[in-house]
Amino acid sequence: MAYPDYMRRSIEVVEETRDSRIGKEFPRMTPEEREEVLREYHPDYREGAKRRLRIGPNKGDLMPHEVADLLEAHPLVTPEEIDLSDIYYDVDVLVIGGGGAGLSAALLATESGVERDRVLLVTKLRLGDSNSKMSQGGIQAADGPDDSPVLHFLDVMGGGHFANDPDLVEVLVKEAPDVIRWHEELGVIYDKNPDGSMVLASGGGTCRRRMHSCKDYTGLEITRVLMDEFRNREIPLAEFTSAVELITDDRGAVAGAVLYNMETEEYYVARAKATILATGGYGRLHIQGFETTNHYGATGDGIVLAYHVGARLRDLDATQYHPTGAAYPEQIVGQLCTEKLRTHGAQPVNRDGELFVHPLEPRDVEAAAIIRECYGRGKGIVTPTGMRGVWLDTPLIDIIHGEGTIERRFAAMLRQYNRFGIDIRKEPILVFPTLHYQNGGVAINVRAETSVPGLFAAGEVSGGVHGKNRLMGNSQLELYVFGRRAGRYAAEYARKTRLGRLTLDHVLRYERWLKEAGIETNRRAPILLPEYRGERVLTHRIRLF
Amino acid sequence: MGEERSTVTIYVMGKAYEVPASLTIMKAMEYIGYRFVRGAGCRAGFCGACATLYRKKGSYKLEAALACQKVVEDGMYIATIPFAPAEKRTYDINKLRPTPNVLLEYYPEIARCLSCNTCTKACPQDLQVMDYVQAAIRGDIEEVARLSFDCLSCGLCAMRCPAEIVPYNVAQLARRLYAKYLAKTSEHLMRRLKEIEEGKFDEELKRLKGLSREELKELYDKREIRV
Repeated sequence: MAYPDYMRRSIEVVEETRDSRIGKEFPRMTPEEREEVLREYHPDYREGAKRRLRIGPNKGDLMPHEVADLLEAHPLVTPEEIDLSDIYYDVDVLVIGGGGAGLSAALLATESGVERDRVLLVTKLRLGDSNSKMSQGGIQAADGPDDSPVLHFLDVMGGGHFANDPDLVEVLVKEAPDVIRWHEELGVIYDKNPDGSMVLASGGGTCRRRMHSCKDYTGLEITRVLMDEFRNREIPLAEFTSAVELITDDRGAVAGAVLYNMETEEYYVARAKATILATGGYGRLHIQGFETTNHYGATGDGIVLAYHVGARLRDLDATQYHPTGAAYPEQIVGQLCTEKLRTHGAQPVNRDGELFVHPLEPRDVEAAAIIRECYGRGKGIVTPTGMRGVWLDTPLIDIIHGEGTIERRFAAMLRQYNRFGIDIRKEPILVFPTLHYQNGGVAINVRAETSVPGLFAAGEVSGGVHGKNRLMGNSQLELYVFGRRAGRYAAEYARKTRLGRLTLDHVLRYERWLKEAGIETNRRAPILLPEYRGERVLTHRIRLF
Repeated sequence: MGEERSTVTIYVMGKAYEVPASLTIMKAMEYIGYRFVRGAGCRAGFCGACATLYRKKGSYKLEAALACQKVVEDGMYIATIPFAPAEKRTYDINKLRPTPNVLLEYYPEIARCLSCNTCTKACPQDLQVMDYVQAAIRGDIEEVARLSFDCLSCGLCAMRCPAEIVPYNVAQLARRLYAKYLAKTSEHLMRRLKEIEEGKFDEELKRLKGLSREELKELYDKREIRV
């Protein structure tokens, strides 16, 4: 799987220009240049990629067809097939999702006065299976001596094109250092200098070094510690159990969910005084046909469930394409090549070995510049399967920071490429933008409350924190800031809540909305898992027993 | 490329299928018609959900891999191991101390290690598993943390260990103990926490929140970048 000859020849050109590029900084774009490259090359701006939603509280909002398709689809269950009087789980706080936000919420709910047995976490795969676990580069917190939450605030707002909810951003940046402290007390190993100070790196669109990391397994390290703590506390858990519809009570407050055992196909009614959506994002919808960095379950279930009960969504017009997904070899196309590579000196260069963009523009700008290089200027490299990409010159990292840096700080990346016969210490890697993150989502306030009583949301499923574009390291941060808040405030809400009669009336209302908008479709949502089976099998399947 | 179209024969739980040679085990199984509920997670080598054992035709050797990272080979007999029935002890991390005996106390079975190195050979991350189990027996918490850091808890080492040790759960305890009790404190983090608690940034953040989009944009465009 090592590079074919014609790609090797382009690598030789990259090697020839390498020395002259060391220490050379390609100028950052002016605000006008940024706007231009976004307008002309960012996939979000592509003509015909979106449409206006025809139903519900966000009627008229633009969003990708793939997302609108899920919202303009029939709910999976109908009220007549579910017996709501047969309550299987009866809890105070129901957490849907087992990634960083869900784990944090469950831990904090039990610390906020809810008895352990009155919490339930459900997840459609295993506990911890999430994008949270896959995060490589790091988590932002403005704790450096020359940094401050104020500067962090500015970076988040500017990166998000000032569309963010400033109250959410304030909470995000002010609680960031406390999240790092919490992690360390639980036993997360952060990268540190010999004197105990944090190793701090820069990130795209940050004005200070504030990226904290755990090698390039940051998400793995944090998630597994939270999982271990969750298991130590013996909080009730149902794995391979999806939430397929929320339940409301006769006052219209959310009162739990209809759950579905992914293996036995049995449904369960879970009654809950407070429900927390921590279901993550939608990368596996493959917006505009893009490959994705996301985990198998990232199918946007949360926004569908929330919309069914009438929760307001926001900023779903903006999708994040990570600038550097793998473009070669074929087996790992779309997988993440962490931004941390660029923060440590790896430069994006074209097939002629030329710099063409500052390595640390905000993600949307960086991604658009790479697309322009490949499709606007024809300076990309075409892979044997017809994909285009530019080089990310990784050998620079060891040249700049000393031999052994890649091995020490980029164990995951080194291993990933080694498996396919490429040594990133000696050879550059081919990259192209990949679908990475759902910038928007269910609107929340600083208490992680959605617009519907009884329903809370935290993490990638929520919207408002990142505006139209998230910066590196702020999604990890968001998980714990708002996951903890969701757990705490859901516990508080549950204490003073008395549920009314359980209903699925909102499902009937949703069907009415579809009918009134003239939407005729056989689509059903949420979809729970993506479909990757081969064509032959899908065209020859019959259900016989 | 011509070779992209070539196929190989693999045996999924013993049943033969012809699949494109360029696919990973996971994608080959989907190509055949499997729709995973178990056995697929991050699909990028970060979660350990797709632990897999295989043997190549004519070989006695049982090999281990992550299905999402391993390309199929002709004559591969494949068995996925979507779950490892492994014991995890529970503890209150706040009540433990990083003593030399703590790992043995919670996981006494590590003393049964035969030094056979089967765990190391089974590790799809190529970690020195046996070495860290030995370090655990010696009570060297820092060494266990260092050697085990890249572990995905896929379960393969535990399923192959003749002494029935669960190395990754021992390592998880060691890493938490290391971070909590042995790693040095970050002074700048503590200082910042105190400043935040004292409300040092409150007024400025309040002011920024009150600015118009244009005013904020101007501040943003002019901010000094020091990285």
